[in-house]
Amino acid sequence: MNVLFYVVFVVFIFYGQRIQMMVMLREVEGSLHRLKYIKEEGRKVAGETIKEIGKAQSDPAARIDRFLEYFTIGPQGLDPAGIVWKLEHILDVRDTRFKDEVKLMAPAADETQTNNLENTLEAAMALNYIYKVIRHFYLLGKKTHSLYVIMQIQMILPLVMKEAEAFANALKAFAYGQPIGDGAGALVAAKLMHGHETRKIAKDCVVATVPFEGRTAFVVKAEGPGGNVGRPGDAIKAVIDENDGNVAMVVMIDAALKLEGEELGEVAEGVGAAIGGPGVDQFKIEESLVKYHIPINAVIVKEDVGDAVSPLRKEIFDSVDRVIERVKQVVLDRTKEGDKVVIAGIGNTIGVGQ
Amino acid sequence: MTLFLVLVLSLAALIYGISILETYPDIAYIVLLFGFLGTAIAVYALVQIRMRLSKLRIVVPPVTTTIECKKCSFKNVREFQRGDYIFKELEPCQKCNDKMMITAIYREVKEKEKERFPY
Repeated sequence: MNVLFYVVFVVFIFYGQRIQMMVMLREVEGSLHRLKYIKEEGRKVAGETIKEIGKAQSDPAARIDRFLEYFTIGPQGLDPAGIVWKLEHILDVRDTRFKDEVKLMAPAADETQTNNLENTLEAAMALNYIYKVIRHFYLLGKKTHSLYVIMQIQMILPLVMKEAEAFANALKAFAYGQPIGDGAGALVAAKLMHGHETRKIAKDCVVATVPFEGRTAFVVKAEGPGGNVGRPGDAIKAVIDENDGNVAMVVMIDAALKLEGEELGEVAEGVGAAIGGPGVDQFKIEESLVKYHIPINAVIVKEDVGDAVSPLRKEIFDSVDRVIERVKQVVLDRTKEGDKVVIAGIGNTIGVGQ
Repeated sequence: MTLFLVLVLSLAALIYGISILETYPDIAYIVLLFGFLGTAIAVYALVQIRMRLSKLRIVVPPVTTTIECKKCSFKNVREFQRGDYIFKELEPCQKCNDKMMITAIYREVKEKEKERFPY
């Protein structure tokens, strides 16, 4: 027994790190196995949906595979002046290219279905990318026998897996056109504008003029029910310009990531432009606000990254009425009767009409 | 395959160890130790594989659509169907013949009782 103890002791002295690396590699390998399954599932769901909705004459598999490898190169930032417009241009080209590809894959799809298919493919693309990055570090760690290469991926693995699971859930939601957690802001705007006439204000965005607590509210949201975030930056700018800057306040509503321990669907209030994405829309909104010195308020609905891209949860749906009450309070407290306010519901409007 | 072989050999070692326990106790203890270790490792690995396979499936949560009549408040809740969206107008109401509308689409998640923490 003593000999056995010494043997184990010596083995752990010389091979301890190697054993630790093997355990980590095995853990990463297990997750990689699951990621591969999820990625394949994503590809399958996208292919089936395209075949079902788009009624493509030829097999779209090859085109889907090409789409999954699609990349976007961001603008050069050495001279940052004007970078936003360069980024906007690249994103526009990307968007047009994606829509064209989807139309080629699914010629029979209408606009709503095209948007949903685009979102489905984007989720499949994200899964493909996550899988490839994890595989890269796994193979690199195996090749170099470096504990530190493996360690950095093993440490963030739980968060990466959480994101991958979220995208896996999102796939089905996008394929079926179900509302998602990110659409909380769009749902609030839809509730406010429902029953009022809407008009197109910017690309993929609508606005409705709604009487609101003695004020005139211009309610803005992405045009639903297809999967779409619209151009809220252009829409808010257009509304402000139409009114020559005579707007007393802008209120933005969006879903925001919650911290662990916070309740799902919790509503919070603050100031600033509540909008995610690459930053182009936020920049445009802030530019317009500064030009006319318009105050901006934000109301957010807190949710997990998984809930943001998976089918809308009841807790988030129930929070919509609370958000409306909060917006009312903000408008009543900070504007006068007869004022004009802009209320913008930000987020993906999939499964939400107007 | 290897796991099953380890399991079979470990079980055989356990049986053999028990059979020689009275005649050769010193050898029997070592054989029993290896038998127990082998069985434990094989069972653990098999359970892990089973758990990993069950984890592989992507569970699609059930999503419900609520349809309401604004006039008589008649409510109908059914499973989500492709093409449903919030504020979509549907067939006339069974009671008052007014148009019905989808007022809610969501999924309900029954969460396990939350761990209590003092913060």
